[in-house]
Amino acid sequence: MPYIANTDQDVKEMLQAIGCKDLDDLWTKAEVKGPYPQFKYMPQAMSEFEVVKHIKELAKRNKTELVNFVGAGFYDHFIPSAVSEVTSRSEFYTAYTPYQPEASQGTLQAIYEYQTAICTLSGMNVSNASMYDGGTALFEAMMLGCRVTRRRRAVISGAISPIYREMIHCYSSNLSVELVEVPSTGVESSLSSLLDSINDKTACVIVQYPNFFGSIEDWTEFTAEVHKRGAIAICSTYLTSLAMIKTPGEMGFDVVTAEGQCLGIQLSFGGPYLGVMACNDKCMRKMPGRICGQTVDKDGKIGYVLTMQAREQHIRREDAMSNICSNENLCALTALVYLTVIGKEGLRQVARLCSSKAVYLRNLLLGIKGIEPVGDSPFFNEFVIKLPCDASEIVQKLIDRGFAIGFPLGRYYPTRKDQLLICVTEKRTKEEMKALANTMEAVLWN
Amino acid sequence: MELIYEISRKGRKGSTLPALDVPEACPVSEQMLRSIPANLPEVTELDAMRHFTKLSTRNIGLDTQFYPLGSCTMKYNPKLHERVATLAGFAELHPLWPQLRHGGAMSQGALEVLYETERMLSDILGFSQCTMQPLAGSHGELTGVMIIAAYHNARRDKRRKVMLIPDAAHGTNPASATVAGFECRTIPTDERGNVDMAALREALGPEVAGLMLTAPNTLGLFDSNVREICRLVHEVGGLAYCDGANFNAIIGRLRPGDLGFDVMHINLHKTFSTPHGGGGPGSGPVAVVEALVPYLPISRVVRFDDGMFGLRYDFPESIGYIAPFYGNFGIILRAYAYLLTVGREGLVRISQNAVLNANYIRVKLAPYYKQAYNRFCMHECVLTAEEHAKKGVKAIDIAKGLLDKGFHPPTMYFPLIVHECLMIEPTETESKETLDKFIEAMIELAKMVDTDPNALHEAPIKMPVRRLDEALAARKLNLHA
Repeated sequence: MPYIANTDQDVKEMLQAIGCKDLDDLWTKAEVKGPYPQFKYMPQAMSEFEVVKHIKELAKRNKTELVNFVGAGFYDHFIPSAVSEVTSRSEFYTAYTPYQPEASQGTLQAIYEYQTAICTLSGMNVSNASMYDGGTALFEAMMLGCRVTRRRRAVISGAISPIYREMIHCYSSNLSVELVEVPSTGVESSLSSLLDSINDKTACVIVQYPNFFGSIEDWTEFTAEVHKRGAIAICSTYLTSLAMIKTPGEMGFDVVTAEGQCLGIQLSFGGPYLGVMACNDKCMRKMPGRICGQTVDKDGKIGYVLTMQAREQHIRREDAMSNICSNENLCALTALVYLTVIGKEGLRQVARLCSSKAVYLRNLLLGIKGIEPVGDSPFFNEFVIKLPCDASEIVQKLIDRGFAIGFPLGRYYPTRKDQLLICVTEKRTKEEMKALANTMEAVLWN
Repeated sequence: MELIYEISRKGRKGSTLPALDVPEACPVSEQMLRSIPANLPEVTELDAMRHFTKLSTRNIGLDTQFYPLGSCTMKYNPKLHERVATLAGFAELHPLWPQLRHGGAMSQGALEVLYETERMLSDILGFSQCTMQPLAGSHGELTGVMIIAAYHNARRDKRRKVMLIPDAAHGTNPASATVAGFECRTIPTDERGNVDMAALREALGPEVAGLMLTAPNTLGLFDSNVREICRLVHEVGGLAYCDGANFNAIIGRLRPGDLGFDVMHINLHKTFSTPHGGGGPGSGPVAVVEALVPYLPISRVVRFDDGMFGLRYDFPESIGYIAPFYGNFGIILRAYAYLLTVGREGLVRISQNAVLNANYIRVKLAPYYKQAYNRFCMHECVLTAEEHAKKGVKAIDIAKGLLDKGFHPPTMYFPLIVHECLMIEPTETESKETLDKFIEAMIELAKMVDTDPNALHEAPIKMPVRRLDEALAARKLNLHA
């Protein structure tokens, strides 16, 4: 049932009105020729009851009851009920891009408020209206760095999410941008090697903060050095942590990107997520993506519009800053409502819960015979441990016992098959962590 | 209306969090703590609900008004889609689980949704396989042209640097081709609104990597030369890309794969009824012919002999990772529900009614608005307010006048090749009564061009704000509170 309103009588009247004798004639007059296709795979139509029943059965085949300690850039945070209540208002979710601003003040003001929240959280001056995800935003930041400096070389830290490094390599394959990757040392970014890799052709240096292994590093002096060499400093960040730790803005970064999923967006098997991008004044005019600005109407009343559109594809076509044509608007709204309801003090509390619990779990695990720490860097809510055996095997055994214990680094770092990246959010309880540690000990030594 | 930051009062809270059940510990030194807290709102949950509910009423949505935006396919978004997308079994599923050993068993339901949606779309589009990974329409375009680049690179055919793009194309086509490393060459449109065949023949050569054709085109017309166009592109060794933004016009009636295209993208948020979200998230799956399957992005969803679903990465010729995971899964799930509801026999009814509705509007408005091309249209009709503009009323004035009459305006000033363009796409989900009311409003506006043009210049007057000063917004940038 394809949700069609026209009755047989309507169709008859409308065909007559446009001078067609039947529906075949409609196609002929529209110059569409050729046989009707036969579909082999498409099933017969189902009723709403049947569709919902079928999809509920599929949902049951996903075992979401695992106690989750996997993060690696995608986090299982608590989401207040008010968030989905707002985003499920169909005035928001059934609207199109706000090209008719008088009819879209709800969407536009929400974007303006979102941009404000991102600026204050990241310590940057300008935020766009969002991009697809953290990875595409990071690639776009690199290209922004190339445009601002008119250089075509990017130095990339090996402590950036390997998922994002893969994406940057993929997107750069047809562009004349030289990518230089600087391996990490243990759980740390190699700050001095990164600096040594900058030459007079380098457009930007891209790092992650806290880095992929969870470590928090002070980049303040580093960004000053990057600027001395005429390059742009870019960082991919974890927005929840910024309620607690020094902001990228305070440390002198020019462009900040992030996966905004941590701000009230469901994990939803990988998307839709939220690409966050913010920058300083120097980079603003070269930034890709939609941006909303405040203005006034004919009567002097405050209102909001999309602005700086001369950067975008619908005006500039092949000379645009990017091919991006939408934002992840409903996800940006989700993040805004989350930040509003969790609030100023709430987000700090979330950060405190995460970091205290992470310290607790790390100590518990390091108390188990054979488990060793990897590095001693400060961290937020993620850390790496070394096991006396292949981490994948332990992951498998713990899945069978109801825990998603962490992400084995061997998947992306072949020499680190015995290491696990573990994440703790405010949703994990002391009991769950104790149970995890007990199970881990049993799996390792019984 | 006040900003949420203006409502904020120090000390107010809108949420509760669990008490700390472990010793408080701060893993970072004092100097790494942020010096000033982020200035986020401090409001109650009630404050937040009032604020955002009020904001929502300052939006027109598809559920509140007829929304005939051309090229956007604003069809109804069924509510069962929203319901299934929030099922905990999907919403709470971590995307890295299937990448863990034994983790695949944790996400069989989600992998099945991806696998089945790929197969159903391949069937509907007439291609060998498809990927659900692209996160939006323009992201699908980019993926598609990157596949074209990978194909030529694999053949060590380094000459092919040019992408042909008709002048009626969406701006994303040339922008996407540029990001994939191509130079764009524009092909003009002929006097009937088709690709200018002589100009196309002239432009074809050994340096051509491919052609990006929107089919039906952005003028709402079906180019009956489309098979010939694909043949000519193939003849010089290029590949034919179909921009499927307008696929709603031919769904169930034609399959682009059968027409000779090699690769195409579709927009789940257009033809497949997933919500636009005020500008995203969307989803832009890409379908390819057999010869291009090796280049599809990884990871790929597969079904093993034992019936289990899993992920595979061992495709050495793949363009790589274009998305962090498997696409905008929550959107794909909605489209999956739509496909099951529509079923095989429902497909052609979509395009039939979309084309019927558009032509009905076209014919009824013909005495009042000139058609850009005097032909039967497909799913949208492209009109021009050129005659009205001579009397001082532009397309934008008509559009703003419609707002006061309770309708969302059509797309205006696109395609760029039509002056004072108004592009109307009713979709198949609207009733004849709605179309009749819209037609009546458009006719009244056309009459006002002579009787009361000033009212149109002043419109809208019934919206939350009147016309906004966009020049001021761009000159005096105010991008956050």
